[in-house]
Amino acid sequence: MPVAETEKILLNMGPQHPATHGVLRVILELRGETVLGVEPDIGFLHRGIEKIAENLTYTQILPYTDRLDYVAAPAWNLAYCEAVEKLMGIEVPERAKYIRTIMAEISRISSHLIGVGTHALDIGAMTVFIYCFRERELTLDLFEHATGSRMLTNFCRIGGVMADLSDEFLKRAREFVDIFPTRMKDYEDLLTENRIWLKRTKNVAVITADEGLNLSLNGPNIRGSGVKWDIRKAEPYAAYDKMDFDIAVQYDGDAYARYLVRLEEMRQANRIVDQGLKNLPDGEIQAKVPRVIKPPKGEVYVRTEAPKGEAGFYIESDGTNKPYRLKIRTPSFANLESLPMMAKGGLVADVVTAIGSIDIVLGEIDR
Amino acid sequence: MTEENVNGEEKKEEKEEQEEKIEINFDDNPIVKALKSRFSDDILETYCYSDKTDELTVKVRKEKIKEICQFVKESPELEFTYLADLTGVDYPERDERFDLVYHLYAVNTNQRLRLRISFKENEAVDSVVSVWQGVNYYEREAYDMLGIKFTGHPDLKRILMPDGWEGHPYRKDYPLEDQKTPKQRLKRERP
Amino acid sequence: MGIVENQFQSNVITTTVDKLVNWSRRSSLWPLTFGLACCAIEMMCAGASRFDFDRFGVIFRATPRQSDVMILAGTVTHKMSGVMKKLYDQMPEPKWVVAMGSCAISGGPFNSYSVLQGADAVIPVDIFIPGCPPRPEALMHGIILLQEMIDKEKYIRK
Repeated sequence: MPVAETEKILLNMGPQHPATHGVLRVILELRGETVLGVEPDIGFLHRGIEKIAENLTYTQILPYTDRLDYVAAPAWNLAYCEAVEKLMGIEVPERAKYIRTIMAEISRISSHLIGVGTHALDIGAMTVFIYCFRERELTLDLFEHATGSRMLTNFCRIGGVMADLSDEFLKRAREFVDIFPTRMKDYEDLLTENRIWLKRTKNVAVITADEGLNLSLNGPNIRGSGVKWDIRKAEPYAAYDKMDFDIAVQYDGDAYARYLVRLEEMRQANRIVDQGLKNLPDGEIQAKVPRVIKPPKGEVYVRTEAPKGEAGFYIESDGTNKPYRLKIRTPSFANLESLPMMAKGGLVADVVTAIGSIDIVLGEIDR
Repeated sequence: MTEENVNGEEKKEEKEEQEEKIEINFDDNPIVKALKSRFSDDILETYCYSDKTDELTVKVRKEKIKEICQFVKESPELEFTYLADLTGVDYPERDERFDLVYHLYAVNTNQRLRLRISFKENEAVDSVVSVWQGVNYYEREAYDMLGIKFTGHPDLKRILMPDGWEGHPYRKDYPLEDQKTPKQRLKRERP
Repeated sequence: MGIVENQFQSNVITTTVDKLVNWSRRSSLWPLTFGLACCAIEMMCAGASRFDFDRFGVIFRATPRQSDVMILAGTVTHKMSGVMKKLYDQMPEPKWVVAMGSCAISGGPFNSYSVLQGADAVIPVDIFIPGCPPRPEALMHGIILLQEMIDKEKYIRK
């Protein structure tokens, strides 16, 4: 019996979709249920932040850096402040460095909770989503206590931080650090050895290390493919050179490996917060900075390890109090380029797994 | 956080030293040595700003950018296999209007490099997609936002702005404010 | 149901029918998942365990054909406004729109070439919830105000 020929069809996974983590449009080329090609279409959240930044002073740009990766705002405040401080040659006091590190690691935990939670929700495990958001509420409580706002914190200032951590915050953070490993055991029990989870994520959306580096894949995604690269260890900034932690790495390159990397990173982040709280030095929280920030002429590219990958700020200044060009290098923009390679040859449901395991945030991609 | 006299002192210091590019002799730097040994007359300048010697910029000739990129990726002592960023900058008062800045990284040796090329408004640049596939979206963004054309790119079309948008928004003569929102606000009629 | 809409004088029977209809509509508002940017994360938190939305009868539906209310959470750009209008037209009557956050109300902090300065230039909006982002309690307050607004509607009365 001759097999019936099926034609290629184009299917639109539109900008409004419950599983695309924001306004992402994906055009699928299908033959039956097999995916032949994937083309992402972005730009539905392009707000022109880089052009807005050319008309604002350096201090006024700080609230816009929260809105890039809105799940982990303190980490992006830190990246921007590091860039401006390198341009101006300002040295941040020790206590401020430790405070920034603590807040950045709590935001890493918060971001990975959303990453794992929404990934699990797309695949169908709704309980994990509710559990992750329960923990996330604890981290948001900590943010609110330290900065006044739950999500978009605007916490760092050029030369230091906004305000000191109160004793009440230190007490609550200590409670959080003590309770978090037991809560993490909940997710592990639900997912790590679960037969359905293994069937849906093992050997799905595979990418090797060489292909990943060629496609500029970064963050936990490339660490899931075996490249042991973490900017916190390779080019330390803030107080990371004084902290003791391991790099989480897996070697399979599939969605399951990336999930394990994120879990391990949450554990290591908890460890860093623990050390930060124990060794918090006394001192000032803000360096002496001129009232009008006017960096000298020059250019600088500073990168940090944001929860989703390499967050870089390229600032070119022409001597005035506004930047001439501010380029924001976001990890998700580069990570999205690996989606076609990951999804090719799989089934339609695996496209959803691939998008969830890369953990993109559209605010970062479109800026 | 700052006192009055600190502010005054800062102002005086700024007028005294205008921090410009200083010509440091970079010939001992192994990256520069390797580049110069192969492409001696295409390296136009190697500089950094004030004392930030880890921010090394190498300015090269536009026509050789693809060969240079191939060399830095494949040569065994350099191995820049990771492209971190590609930025376009607009200098409208200069004759060579656009600048492209490539940020590269070598994972095994933990080295960073910045390459810079300058060219005029209507010239096209060779695309380096065959060297690092990850530069695809970055070149599309440079085309969309600044109007820089890349020869050899597989699919050069707009990425962030809608199809059919006119103009290139990141150019300095493009207006920032919104022009297209309808002026009339709609109200819902309810019984 | 267009035959009986707005046809009758107010008396004790028609007001009771209206009360019943309004009560059933406002106790089971099903929103369309239209989270665009940062406000979407606060909307997800409002639907999660601490600020539970399910107790209001609110169940998030992914398709516009099955939803009553559209919560615009995030910045609307010009590229997205065509999609938003299409989705609004696909929703069946009765439908309401809630603009959450300052970006949906008036463009927010982004006054740039690509951002629509307020979603009510394209579709009519009923409830505006200010904030950047508004807390989940503020979103709940907005939904409760929408419920009170629905209670006052006239369905078969003139």
